Amino acid sequence: MSSSSAFARNTSEVSRPSAEPRLSVEQVSYAYSANPAQAPLFTLEATSFQAKPGEIVAILGPNASGKSTLLKLIAGALAPMSGRILLNGFVTHSLTPRTRAQRIAVVQQESTLLFPARAWEFVLQGRHAHGRSLRFESEDDVLIAKNALAQVGAAELSDRWMDQISGGEKQRVILARALAQQPLLLLLDEPTLHLDIAAQVGLLDSLRRLAAANRYTVVVVTHELNLAAEYADQVVLMQRGRCLRVGPPSSIYQRELLEQVFQTPLSVELGASGRPRVTVLSGTQP
Amino acid sequence: MRPLTLRRLLLQCLLLVLILFIVVVIALKFGAVPVSLYALGRDVLRFLLGQTSQISSDYGLIIWNIRGPRILLAIFVGASLSVAGTSFQALLRNPLADPYVLGVSSGASVGAILALIAAPYLSLPSTLTALLTPVGAFLGATATIAAVYVLGRREGQIDSTTLLLGGVITGSFLSAIITLLMGTVTSGNNRGMVFWLMGNLSTSFQKSVYWFLGIGFFVGAGAIYTTATDLNLLLAGEKEAMHLGVDVRRVRLVVYIAASFLTGLAVSVSGSIAYVGLIVPHVMRLIFGSDHRTLLPTAAFGGAIAVVFADTLARTVVAPTEIAVGAVTAIVGAPLFIYLLRRRLA
Repeated sequence: MSSSSAFARNTSEVSRPSAEPRLSVEQVSYAYSANPAQAPLFTLEATSFQAKPGEIVAILGPNASGKSTLLKLIAGALAPMSGRILLNGFVTHSLTPRTRAQRIAVVQQESTLLFPARAWEFVLQGRHAHGRSLRFESEDDVLIAKNALAQVGAAELSDRWMDQISGGEKQRVILARALAQQPLLLLLDEPTLHLDIAAQVGLLDSLRRLAAANRYTVVVVTHELNLAAEYADQVVLMQRGRCLRVGPPSSIYQRELLEQVFQTPLSVELGASGRPRVTVLSGTQP
Repeated sequence: MRPLTLRRLLLQCLLLVLILFIVVVIALKFGAVPVSLYALGRDVLRFLLGQTSQISSDYGLIIWNIRGPRILLAIFVGASLSVAGTSFQALLRNPLADPYVLGVSSGASVGAILALIAAPYLSLPSTLTALLTPVGAFLGATATIAAVYVLGRREGQIDSTTLLLGGVITGSFLSAIITLLMGTVTSGNNRGMVFWLMGNLSTSFQKSVYWFLGIGFFVGAGAIYTTATDLNLLLAGEKEAMHLGVDVRRVRLVVYIAASFLTGLAVSVSGSIAYVGLIVPHVMRLIFGSDHRTLLPTAAFGGAIAVVFADTLARTVVAPTEIAVGAVTAIVGAPLFIYLLRRRLA
């Protein structure tokens, strides 16, 4: 069994033409308030975009722009106030946690364990939603977990303790657990936050490779303008709870627009890869 | 990669059954009246062969009517407290959670005492009256864990320090209530204050109580065991567990109710025995790992072993008088806990 076919949920999924969207966010809005009687503390205005299998979507914006809220809505962890989010035609937040975990994998910024576990135990947790509630892992589960570790280049970490590996290694194991879920949709919340440059590029390279090989739809929340420009097929640009624009990086990366959103002078040029590159002129990082 | 198999789980349990057997033999042998191993073996054999009439009446009385039931009580109390502690630790994501530390045992004591006080005033048939104490203890335990859970939440998240402080304060408040109740009301309660505050296994019960304990333990622990893999995922937090497919609300409900039930069951027959639910899960976690499919059954056996052993010490150290078993578990438990903590940090 080749590593990529081990991750395909079934062949029809792979061979299906990618013209119809897998993920469809339709006029989704949300309001958060600590007290229902008070005015909401935060609102997300109607947001729409669509994504196909194999596509990487970056949700981009400054702090408090609603990026993480949008991701939580897509993950089904929050119910939208209006609008709906469809994954292969199913409304995500009305699926049971179990069904949802079979289709959506979420990689969060950090994962802290109460008691130490080995990397392989951690990755096998991704198989939870695929078996009965109480059971022992099957040989298939073990094979899938091994493949997942291999796909992120972390096979040698299998027997290491999770609290004794570096931040970059940990991030790869967390990603492997998400792959072991065999999802249709892979959601990542600022996965590069605590990583050095090499690890950031490594992680996004593997994401692009995995999205293409396993036909995942990937949605990444990030601050990193240049990484998003380099790796995303689509960018959703957010500011203060509003979705300003959706489109390929070349249409989003315009100097005036980005300066206005990020409130800092910057320049945009075309990089060697043909994708836009942003340089911050005031010396602060975007 | 070495995932858990049923065979390995059974082997681990078998090992602990053997240790439990040895501890039970020691517990039967030692006491105010010494019993020789030969006599013990001979009587066990006669018992198994159905020749009970040949068992010498003195030994028979001591083994079958005094020590045996007491050991059986210790087994169920130890197993219940240990399983309850294991589940509280996972659910509250707090390695220091335990029925005693969180005040749940004290809550169960208050419930049990109130039931004992109320019993004479309610004209219930005798079978229902016997059930009143465990039911009161269960209700007391459930109310306490709910209160501590609410106290421990800050901005929608469980805060471990606040939770522990909430538990300790609730526990001391409830201990004061126990003292108050014991001081003002004497009717319908022949067990002393030390029983409820420190724990004691010397009470003997009707045969039906042991059946009730045994069945209750298997129902409660069985309910918790159905969530074993969910508890594994909950170690990483409720949000992550939910994203991995755990129905967090259902698991929380099942485990809180079942763990409160087990605590109530144990407290209604033995008072609050300290630290069993704290120490035993940690020892078992160090030996067998933190997978709850292994941890829950091994903690149950470990709890049984620990309490049978502690009770044997309580009976024999200053024989013919005895000390509260909770004092033994606290004296042995606290230093062991500190040792474990230091070793983890090193």
